[in-house]
Amino acid sequence: MGLTDLLVYKGIMVLAVFAITLLVATYSTYAERKIAAFLQDRIGPDRAGPFGILQPLADAVKMFMKEEMIPSVSNKTLFILGPSVAMLTACLTGVVIPWGSSLWINGTEYPLQITDLNIGILYLFGVISLGVYGIMIGGWSSNNKYSLLGGIRASSQMISYEVAMGLSIIALVMTTGTLSLRDIAAQQYGWHWNVVYQPLGCLIFIICAFAETNRAPFDLPECETELVGGYHTEYSSMKLGFFLFAEYINMFISSAVISTFYFGGYNMPFVGRWVHDPNWLAVLGIVFLFVKISFFIFFFMWVRWTLPRFRYDQLMNLGWKILIPLSIFNIVITGFVMYFTGHLN
Amino acid sequence: MITYLFYFLSFLAIMFALMVVLSKNPIHSVLYLVLTFFAIAGHYVLLNAQFLAAVHIIVYAGAIMVLFLFVIMLLNLNKETEPHKSIWLKASAAVASGLLLLVLVGSLRNAELITAANPYNPSIGLIENLGQTLFHEFLLPFEVASILLLGAMVGAVMLGKKNIK
Repeated sequence: MGLTDLLVYKGIMVLAVFAITLLVATYSTYAERKIAAFLQDRIGPDRAGPFGILQPLADAVKMFMKEEMIPSVSNKTLFILGPSVAMLTACLTGVVIPWGSSLWINGTEYPLQITDLNIGILYLFGVISLGVYGIMIGGWSSNNKYSLLGGIRASSQMISYEVAMGLSIIALVMTTGTLSLRDIAAQQYGWHWNVVYQPLGCLIFIICAFAETNRAPFDLPECETELVGGYHTEYSSMKLGFFLFAEYINMFISSAVISTFYFGGYNMPFVGRWVHDPNWLAVLGIVFLFVKISFFIFFFMWVRWTLPRFRYDQLMNLGWKILIPLSIFNIVITGFVMYFTGHLN
Repeated sequence: MITYLFYFLSFLAIMFALMVVLSKNPIHSVLYLVLTFFAIAGHYVLLNAQFLAAVHIIVYAGAIMVLFLFVIMLLNLNKETEPHKSIWLKASAAVASGLLLLVLVGSLRNAELITAANPYNPSIGLIENLGQTLFHEFLLPFEVASILLLGAMVGAVMLGKKNIK
């Protein structure tokens, strides 16, 4: 592959991932409202277009047209920086996710991944840990007690659950022996899904993903019964839109990461028997990955409209006294099993 | 190319580090410090130490600075409420940090005489080599460091307890 080809290919990949991320996040808002309506026995949005399919467009136009307010007592630079950082860190995570195997065009391999870092998991983890800055900066710079409390809640919650998340990933890294997401996805061909080897780690990871994306039942930073709107109380117009949008992007990326880590990524059982062309396999792999991602997005929404919110002390107890000991236990068990089955070298 | 990148990152690191000291608002200082860490992580990547760069970002920018920001936000430090320190305190702080600078410069003055054991190994900073080195050659210091961290953690919990019996 020449330099020009490489640049064109990477450029197309970046644009495609960015566009798909935004599209999925946009339609997640519609899906959320439809699923909420379904679970509460309502109809949901149905005015804009057939089945309300143009609702996200209408919402976007509304968001852009609203009057923009910047509180006069706020710190203006940081007030604008808050939602920007939230959006930026949300979009950065899609870089290392393998969206499919490889396309072969004229004998050249084009992996369907923007870049395969050999420290992919650590990169992902680093970007996730930076995600809290947007919320904290936004909450503090609003110069409002409710926003400040929301920002502080977000930061302590994210720090607490990051520990359990990291420990659950360590057990995964022990069994897979690699930090590259591409290798992890490739190892899970057929039915060799990591969830079979790491059921406890998978559960802990999913719970922590809920906490890291600030989704219910962990949405205490924006708990409307206690904090008005939480960290985005003072925000209006598209700045508020960015905060909400970043949450949906995070949800999409978390679903993709859960699918890749534990549920086989782009691998599909049985299809390899009937389809042999690698290009068709790659395309089917993308479709299959998106089916898994859609299921997990649905799962996020299902939980949100089913479970009530935690109290803050319950949240901290769950994080520090249950999830962290459980994930350490998981690491020990994984080590024992690997030692006695001779998988340790 | 790499030399230019090195100078660019160094410029950024020094500029952000100066901004940490010079900005009046403590929140701004913390955010500039985060940017400084990013510039230093860039240096690690230039040295092919990607693992160190990622861990640097996770630990410093992602965890420690979030805690700093957390504490400063809770304390709600403002320019008006900050007590004015006496001139003697400022002078002694300047002298003490100047002496520290002198010690650092003095110890690093001859650093260029040290040569690397492996003159050129592009994969030296990758995670496999790092793990092998840590768990074979430097196993004892590694474990001792973990005991140190455990001690610090137990101490913090003890201090945080309300009434010790």
